[in-house]
Amino acid sequence: MRESRLLHVPFWATFVFLYAPIVVLVVYSFNAGDSPFSFEGFTFRWYGELAGNADIRTGLVNTLVVAAGSTVLSTVLGTLLAVGLARHTRSRLLDAVGLLPAVLPDLVLAIGLLVFYSAIKITLGLHSVLLAHTVFGMAFVAAVVRTRLAHADTSLEEASRDLGAGPLTTFARITLPQLAPGIAAGALLAFTLSVDEFVIAFFTAAPTEPTLPIVIYSMVRFGVTPEINALATLLLAVSFTVVIVAQRMTRLTESFS
Amino acid sequence: MTSLHIQDVSRSFGDVTALAGVSLEIRQGEFFALLGPSGCGKTTLLRILAGFESPDGGRVTLDGADLLALPPHRRPVNLMFQSYALFPHMTVAKNVAYGLERERLGRAEVRRRVHDVLETVGLTAEAGRRPHRLSGGQRQRVALARAIVKRPRVLLLDEPLSALDKKVRAEMQLELKRLQNEVGITFVVVTHDQEEAMSLADRIAVFKEGRVEQIDAPVTLYERPGTPFVADFVGANNLFTGTAGEGGVDVPGIGLLPCDADVAPGTPVLLAVRPEKVRIGEGGRLSGVVVDVSFYGGVSHVSVGVEGRSGPVLVATQGATRVTSGSPVSLGWAAGDAVLIAQ
Repeated sequence: MRESRLLHVPFWATFVFLYAPIVVLVVYSFNAGDSPFSFEGFTFRWYGELAGNADIRTGLVNTLVVAAGSTVLSTVLGTLLAVGLARHTRSRLLDAVGLLPAVLPDLVLAIGLLVFYSAIKITLGLHSVLLAHTVFGMAFVAAVVRTRLAHADTSLEEASRDLGAGPLTTFARITLPQLAPGIAAGALLAFTLSVDEFVIAFFTAAPTEPTLPIVIYSMVRFGVTPEINALATLLLAVSFTVVIVAQRMTRLTESFS
Repeated sequence: MTSLHIQDVSRSFGDVTALAGVSLEIRQGEFFALLGPSGCGKTTLLRILAGFESPDGGRVTLDGADLLALPPHRRPVNLMFQSYALFPHMTVAKNVAYGLERERLGRAEVRRRVHDVLETVGLTAEAGRRPHRLSGGQRQRVALARAIVKRPRVLLLDEPLSALDKKVRAEMQLELKRLQNEVGITFVVVTHDQEEAMSLADRIAVFKEGRVEQIDAPVTLYERPGTPFVADFVGANNLFTGTAGEGGVDVPGIGLLPCDADVAPGTPVLLAVRPEKVRIGEGGRLSGVVVDVSFYGGVSHVSVGVEGRSGPVLVATQGATRVTSGSPVSLGWAAGDAVLIAQ
């Protein structure tokens, strides 16, 4: 039996709605002219100019430092938080509060962190952005790992104890490998969220050390240039790669269990 | 010589009593079964022995040493989990080696013992495989190998055969007995399946609602059940409630049924007769009508509706039977074949 072709229309319409702006962006990043209204031929010029732009280079380096640092911290702390919540507390409230920073409005978190930093007299800089990103990154990692823990078989840990392994060995040799796919997925999530995070970074960064989203924001204030289009296209490529890698990883681990 | 001594162990979860003061003595080298319906506390006791639960009260000693004082990873006891709990990220050989590596044995010794135990359970060819690529029976052998390679003084088995299909079960049943003979470890098996317990164990403790009803060898348990629950739970049985009389049991609505009474007349008792002890023929004390006949090849099961009794009387006969559904029959048994149980 053949399906009606008519049913395909809303599907493709949704896809066009989702991806048309992105396609336009990518196309214009190769536009030879600098008018955003007409395409005047193909060029790599904007990618070259991008590489020569010192502001963007520092922004990118700052963002990578923040993202890498906060991902490492988020992954370690988030995993411990998830294990603690799943195995050492029966409180549903604590469970919810532990994962709350993931869904808190960015603005609330940003203002809160700024007030907190000035209260404990921490100077602003990359470190303050890094710690701020760790706050929500940790919650995301904990949420992902927590889900995996809920499905994990506790009898494996008991078997490990039964065979003579202490609690620490059991955690390292049995619990962690069980959680590895969740931890990796959480780390990827924390990294991508940190890379394009704007609001919290805007509040907690020092003016002299902006992250890439802040640099882009300040450039866009004077109008969108083809250079920005090129930058956005590159970021898009990175995001796609991360998503595909993440999907591959989950598929691999699914085939194991 | 007593190996494992369980004294007055109790455990409750909220207002549910899982164990209400259980005492058991399990001898060195014995194949011991804890048998009971689900929720009778047998699994809780097993988890207490393994160290995953603590009792509210009572003592457990292994050859005189307090077992409860040790954390699970320091007990000379290993548990084979019902789900097998094989580590999915390790190969069969790594799974088996895991416990030995925790004892800090030399690599050569670990390799030798892993190899030996895999040979014992017939899995040498599967040593490099991950658990998800094994059949149910193979997984069970790995779980068993992983537990016995540690040479525990007591091996605990939680429903060891329940996850296997019928043919593999029979095979593993023999295998377990052979292994137990070979390694000489005390086996304590938990099961709800009375056939499994009867065929495996040297002695069985029947549990009911957190208490031990009876501890005996399978044959004694079957032939001389000590409580109404055991008579009903272990094997098929025909039970009649009545009072002890002269030369039998007086059952209201039925009359005097034959048995060797050794209790004072007038005592309320339960009379139990196994289906295979009931004879169909003339001169029996009971008369009824055949309700159903099922032929199983070696044996036939005949259900007979008897007036004055709510359920049918079950009769098992060798081979095929001549009686057919609807025909009136007379039932009887030798007085010595009936068992009297105090109510």
